[in-house]
Amino acid sequence: MDKSGAVDGRSMIRRRAGLRLWLSAGWLAVLCALALFAPWIAPKDPLAQDLFLGRLPPFWVQGAEPGYWLGTDSLGRDVLSRIIHGARVALAVALAAGTITCLVGASLGLMAGFLRGWVDMVISRLIDIWMAFPPVLFSILLIAVLGPGLGSIIIAIVVIDWTRFARVVRAEAMAQGAMDYVASARVAGRGRLGTMVREILPNVLPTIVVLLTLEMGIAVIVEAILSFVNLSISTDDPTWGGMIAEGRTSVHQAWWVLVFPLVTLFLTVLSFSQLGEGLKDRFDPVLR
Amino acid sequence: MPFLRIFLLRLLTTAITLAGVAVIVFFVIRVVPGNPIAMMLPPGATEADIARLSALYGLDKPLVAQFGIWIAGVVQGDFGTSITTRQPVLDLVLGRLPATLELSIMALVMACLLGGAAALTGTRYRGGRTEGAIDVANGMALSVPDFLWGLVLILLFGVLVPVFHISGRVTPSLDLPFATNFYLFESLIRLRFDLWADIVAHMFMPALALAIPLAAIIGQLLKQSLKETMNLDYVTLARTKGYGETRVILREALRNAALPTLTLVGVQFTFLIGGTVIIERLFSYEGLGNMAIDAVINRDLPLIQGIVILFAVIFTAVNLIVDLLYTVLNPRLRHG
Repeated sequence: MDKSGAVDGRSMIRRRAGLRLWLSAGWLAVLCALALFAPWIAPKDPLAQDLFLGRLPPFWVQGAEPGYWLGTDSLGRDVLSRIIHGARVALAVALAAGTITCLVGASLGLMAGFLRGWVDMVISRLIDIWMAFPPVLFSILLIAVLGPGLGSIIIAIVVIDWTRFARVVRAEAMAQGAMDYVASARVAGRGRLGTMVREILPNVLPTIVVLLTLEMGIAVIVEAILSFVNLSISTDDPTWGGMIAEGRTSVHQAWWVLVFPLVTLFLTVLSFSQLGEGLKDRFDPVLR
Repeated sequence: MPFLRIFLLRLLTTAITLAGVAVIVFFVIRVVPGNPIAMMLPPGATEADIARLSALYGLDKPLVAQFGIWIAGVVQGDFGTSITTRQPVLDLVLGRLPATLELSIMALVMACLLGGAAALTGTRYRGGRTEGAIDVANGMALSVPDFLWGLVLILLFGVLVPVFHISGRVTPSLDLPFATNFYLFESLIRLRFDLWADIVAHMFMPALALAIPLAAIIGQLLKQSLKETMNLDYVTLARTKGYGETRVILREALRNAALPTLTLVGVQFTFLIGGTVIIERLFSYEGLGNMAIDAVINRDLPLIQGIVILFAVIFTAVNLIVDLLYTVLNPRLRHG
């Protein structure tokens, strides 16, 4: 009974993992499409203000104005159009910051874990120091110093989050480095660098891909937090965090200004993380 | 003796870490483009203003000398003077520290209770729908960070069913008889339960938002080690003695399963404290994090430095305590 239960449970996990993989990938694909074609999809100009149309409720509520599906904010800007345009910033940050953070962190982690010695000592000490910083405060500080803008946000995320990759990849590379196949590669005459790139890296790659997916979700959150405290890109451009900040102040008068960007952000972060978890299960030979 | 050696070694690495933090904070603010004095002054300040202020804060000296002056002060407990309020940084920071500590500890307690309850229920009804539901809830709680949980809570319990306060630490119109800034703690000691209830109603949502992700981690890890422990011989022995399942879990398995979770809680607790920065902002809670963001926006360099250093001290102290606690509690390490 116990055994069949285990088999059942496993196939159930796999089915569930498959479903959430598709759901989250689907949502992210929709989001990418929205971001790419925002000017054509968005029903209104996201920056157009009209004080006569301020705080219109969403379409199913009494007093809604046709064409403003999700209502308007206090300045009369269309919430739906701003969410669609906000996807551009969110996804740009996710892709750019995620990838660069991954490259920097994974390289350092790989070197520390495989080369060991003083390289490992320096990198590990740096990781320790980094872990002693409160990340949100550090990112806000960096943006204040670098000045607002897309580039600054990306730099801030890379500077803060490289340790996420470095820590995990280092541990993984250390475990791989102790295995027989690495020793045989060395005996077969492969150099240290060659072994690292040709033998260790492919085996660490699944972990890196999972971390990258998770990091993209984190990048979206960091961008939202920074625009929430009004330190992201210029204040005019629509960002989810900026919309949430505005919605937070007028939550009692116009809940929709907070709810819709929040739901979008929530689903996006959840999707990235579920995608990462789903991939982790896919790569896990025990579950497969 | 090995215990003493471990302790001294950890103390040394902690000191190195803190020194590293001090160096990085100092130079990040100064080396990166942008004159700190220009950052301090409003736009349109004259050259003479800049020169005068530079001399006042010792910023006309070379960078290394500035660092020397600053660090010598820090070691003696002098973190300089805040530019915006003209008060000593140390006083400002210590004034806000209790608020953040109370929030963090309340969140930690909530996380342990929630996570512990999830793990125990999941273990008690393992293999069934209950465990499946708990796993799904854990997964959700873990995927979404505290900032978003805070916003969700504001909507649920601040707007939809307004039972808790969504901003501040205490209702401003209340008369506070407190001698310290540990409001929650002091209101209990003074038996002022009316004030205590008001403070809790303010702290509940920010603390819960911080607690949710940590509760999920505790729930997952504790459940996993509980389930492993439940298969050990001594637990089977307790079962054959006729003890009920709930009693076996609580009395026999929990003690042994809790140790691995403890180390993790320590590391995660520092993440929770880091999370207070944005959560305090979100709930307009008058703690360190909220002050830190104001300091960054107002370009109050000495204050920023002081707060970051204090956070780093708290982080490393928590890690140090957890490491030592783990060594003390784990006999294999103590004698190893």
